[in-house]
Amino acid sequence: MLNKKSKDNLITYAIVIAAYALFQILALTGNLSSHMKGLLVPMTYYAVIAVALNLCVGILGELSIGHCGFMCIGAFTSAFFSKVTAGVLPTAPRFFLAFIIGIGFAALFGFLIGIPVLRLKGDYLAIVTLAFGEIIKNVINAFYIGVDKSGLHFSMKNSMELGMEPDGNIIVNGAMGITGTPHDANFTVGIVVLLISLFVVQNLVNSRDGRAIMAIRDNYIAAESTGINVTGYKMMAFTISAAIAGAAGVLFSHNITTLTASSQYFGYNASIMILVYVVLGGIGNIRGSVIAACILYLLPELLRGLNAYRMLIYSIILIVMMIVNWSPKVIEWRKKTFGKVKLPGRKEAA
Amino acid sequence: MALLEVNKLSISFGGLRAVGDFCITIDKGELYGLIGPNGAGKTTVFNLLTGVYKPDEGIIRLDGEDITRKNTIDINHAGIARTFQNIRLFKNMSVIDNVKVGLSERFRYSALEGILHLGNYRKVEKEMDDEAMRLLKVFDLDKERDTLAANLPYGKQRKLEIARAMATNPKLLLLDEPAAGMNPNETKELMETIALVRKEFDMTILLIEHDMKLVSGICEKLTVLNFGRVLCQGETKEVLNDPEVIKAYLGDE
Repeated sequence: MLNKKSKDNLITYAIVIAAYALFQILALTGNLSSHMKGLLVPMTYYAVIAVALNLCVGILGELSIGHCGFMCIGAFTSAFFSKVTAGVLPTAPRFFLAFIIGIGFAALFGFLIGIPVLRLKGDYLAIVTLAFGEIIKNVINAFYIGVDKSGLHFSMKNSMELGMEPDGNIIVNGAMGITGTPHDANFTVGIVVLLISLFVVQNLVNSRDGRAIMAIRDNYIAAESTGINVTGYKMMAFTISAAIAGAAGVLFSHNITTLTASSQYFGYNASIMILVYVVLGGIGNIRGSVIAACILYLLPELLRGLNAYRMLIYSIILIVMMIVNWSPKVIEWRKKTFGKVKLPGRKEAA
Repeated sequence: MALLEVNKLSISFGGLRAVGDFCITIDKGELYGLIGPNGAGKTTVFNLLTGVYKPDEGIIRLDGEDITRKNTIDINHAGIARTFQNIRLFKNMSVIDNVKVGLSERFRYSALEGILHLGNYRKVEKEMDDEAMRLLKVFDLDKERDTLAANLPYGKQRKLEIARAMATNPKLLLLDEPAAGMNPNETKELMETIALVRKEFDMTILLIEHDMKLVSGICEKLTVLNFGRVLCQGETKEVLNDPEVIKAYLGDE
């Protein structure tokens, strides 16, 4: 069993590395348009956050639709750090520290938000996480932080209130966000982060703590009477999930010039989109999340040429994927037709 | 020495006294039955013993230790494990993983070792696998180790639930209607399993049951509950011949 599980994990890593090699070869031989190249890093961070959300939804069994909020925290805290230290530290250690900071803050907020939120169940939990995601976004939009000789200045009104010296530098400019974060992220770093998050989540699932987390998902009353610390393990899974979402945020903010806490990237629509990746990839199926995130992120972008029909085709593909992955009849037919060929396995909805 | 001592345990829900002045003393190694008509408060007693409900009054002592008002998790750690009337397995997990969840308090490594698969991880996982397989063999479930719990036949699900409870290494095992929904053959097999658990693990067992054949077949002592109160207590034979008990079960003429 352990062998089969480890083999399954290795296949996932192999798929990611193969995809990386494929894109690198395409890029080196000049077969990748610059538009396509620009999509590679976003593809990796969406895959990372899909893995994070699957830990929360599929493994822990709690529906969160505020995960983009954690991504937002990771993005802003790390971008802030990188911008402040841009002239001081060399790229590699600065980017590494940015990751530590982004992940750390996202984990901290995951922990703090988890304390009230994880007392709730099902729909209520979904609604409250959604609200928290929106709150994080809106609070960040009201932040003004600047730095000058006398140190950091902070305001929640406007940039004039900062009262800085003329040589001061505004770092976070309210709704205009952070401009000029060093462009440190690239496809290779993205893939490494994705591999690390896969490693963390897949290993967790096959450990004592992971089993406890899944036991809570399957039956928390039985888990309690088996001596499992339900609250503790819920917090642990939620915090790790938030931390990984934070890592996705670090990649995000170090890949664009202007970082704003806009609805497009951090609103509930974005959170729902990631939930779509998780559901279509198979709830509880980590590999499926990665594949679904990559395909579903690239698809609408690649269909841009079709203009008006783009979203129509996208939605048809979503429906087809859902039927292929979830309809009992189709699953039965697939099993008959493909016999032992194992498509990404999925678990019954609890 | 008494393993479980319960004295004057009471709980009310609203105005209804679900359990009143419940007393029971179970000695080490005994197989004790708790019977009574529907709604008599049997499961409520289990929920009080395992900390799901907190009693209004009374004292629960396990092996001399006061466990009254402790929470479910601490009570499990103190040494009470249970099964449920309606089976509660970890359905989307394999049979062996269900048992390993039960083992996870005794076989420990840190979360970091778990995530990195380093340090004690391999060694402890191996020990857990061995211990889980040993338990599964006792319950004749070793061939199904990788089956999803949800896909087991009913009788085996019951067995797995007992195996999982045993994995927490309890002093006292509570079985809530283990024969519910079983046919006579399955019930017979279950009786053998319970006898085996006693022999193999030298376990003290308190069970709730409606099946009189099972009760009179294996229980040494009985407590009869009716309307939340103890109606009769003592050796199985005497209790089952008590006119009050017969009246409670069969009604007045």
